[in-house]
Amino acid sequence: MAHDHDHTHDHHHHDHDHEHSELSETQLRVRALETVLTEKGYVDPAALDAIVEFYETKVGPRNGARVVAKAWTDPAFKQALLADASKAIGTLGHVSRVGDHLIAVENTPQRHNMVVCTLCSCYPWEMLGLPPVWYKASPYRSRAVKDPRGALADFGVTLPADTEIRVWDSTAETRFLVLPMRPAGTEGWSEERLADIVTRDSMIGTGLPKAAP
Amino acid sequence: MNGVHDMGGMDGFGNVEPELNEPTFHEKWESRVLAMVRVMGANGGLNIDSQRFARESLPPEVYLASSYYKKWFLAIEDQIIASNIAGADELAAGHSLRHSPPLPRGKFTLDDLPRISIRGSFGRDAKAPAMFKPGDRVRAKNINPLTHTRLPRYVRGHVGIVERINGCHVFPDTSAHGKGENPQWLYTVVFDSRELWGDDADPTLKVSIDAFEPYLEKA
Repeated sequence: MAHDHDHTHDHHHHDHDHEHSELSETQLRVRALETVLTEKGYVDPAALDAIVEFYETKVGPRNGARVVAKAWTDPAFKQALLADASKAIGTLGHVSRVGDHLIAVENTPQRHNMVVCTLCSCYPWEMLGLPPVWYKASPYRSRAVKDPRGALADFGVTLPADTEIRVWDSTAETRFLVLPMRPAGTEGWSEERLADIVTRDSMIGTGLPKAAP
Repeated sequence: MNGVHDMGGMDGFGNVEPELNEPTFHEKWESRVLAMVRVMGANGGLNIDSQRFARESLPPEVYLASSYYKKWFLAIEDQIIASNIAGADELAAGHSLRHSPPLPRGKFTLDDLPRISIRGSFGRDAKAPAMFKPGDRVRAKNINPLTHTRLPRYVRGHVGIVERINGCHVFPDTSAHGKGENPQWLYTVVFDSRELWGDDADPTLKVSIDAFEPYLEKA
C-alpha cells in the first residue's frame, strides 16, 4: 500500500510539472472515484474513454435533423413517425437506433410544441446528443411551463399571439422530438440539404429551422 | 420529495442563456463523471431512479449553486458510499482499500458499449387493465412524499385530460428506493394554463406531464 501511495504522489507531481496547472478539488475527487471503481473492477477506463468519445463524436442533433428531413419529404414516413417514432426511426438503419419510448410531436401553423424537463434533464439523447447547459439549468426548467413565450424570447423567437403553445414536461421515460414546420422556399430540396437547416433548438421547440436563403 | 429540483413555475431564476457553439463538455472531469454514471447504471450498481433521488437529495443550496455535472458527481459519490460500493475512506485515499463484491451485471467493458448507446426500455407487462382512457378527466393527486416522485408540485390538485396512454412502465417512486419495478400505466395528461396558473395565465398555453396511474384519480 505504501508503494501505491508513493506512486500516486509521483503521478500527481508529474501532472503538475507538465500541465502547469493546479488540479481543482473536483478534478481530484473525480479522479479518486474513477481509480477506486477501476481498482474494484467495476469500470474499465478504456470503456469510459469510449463512452466519452461516443457522446462527443457519434451522437448529436444531426441524427434528429435527418429524421426531420425524411419526414418533410416522405409523407408515409411522417405518418409513421407521428404514430410511433421509435418504430419509424428503427426502419432508418442509417440514422440511429432509439429506445422504446420516443414520441414525435408536430408543429403546425396552429400549434407550437416545446419540450422541457422541469424535474431534471430528460432529453432525447439518441436524436439530439447530450443536452445543452441551458436545458438543464434553472431558468429554462422553471419558466418553460408557465411563461414559454418569455423563455422563447430569450432565444429570439416570437410566435403569433394566437398560436397555441403546447409544453411537454418530460416527467417519465418517454422522450419527445419536435417536428418543426418545413420553411417556405425549400421545395424540391434533397433530404441532405434540408437536414442542414434543422437546428437542435428547432427540435426542442425553442427555435425554428433556419430560413431558406 | 418537495425539493428545489421541482422547479416548474418558480420565478426569479433570470433569463435562459443559450451558449453559442457549446462544447459537449466544458471540463474533462465532466466527461468522466458522465461515463461513470452510465457505467454504474449499466453494471447494475445504481439504477436511474435512485440516481435521480440522490441528486434531488443534495442540500438545496448545493443543488442550486452546483453545475449540472457537479450535481451528478456529488450524488454518485453519496450513493456509492451509501450503497457500500466503496467507503468514504477509500474515496478519500483515492484507492480501493478492501475487496468489494461484484455488481449484478459485472464489470463494464468495451464490449458492453452498445448497451448504453440506446436507451434502456422501461416498458413492462401490465398486471391490470389501464384505469383511464384518452379523453378522461383526471385530477393529479395531492401527494407530498418525502421519497422520490415524478409528479411535479405545479400540477398537484389540478384537473387535466388524459391525452394518450404510453404503456406500462417501471414506477420510479418504488424503483428509486429498492422497492421493485412495480410497473404502472403511464399517461400523457394535458392541463390548461389557467387551471395551473390562474386567470392571468397565457390562454394559448397547454402543459402536459407524463403521469403514472397512482398519481391520478377520476375527476
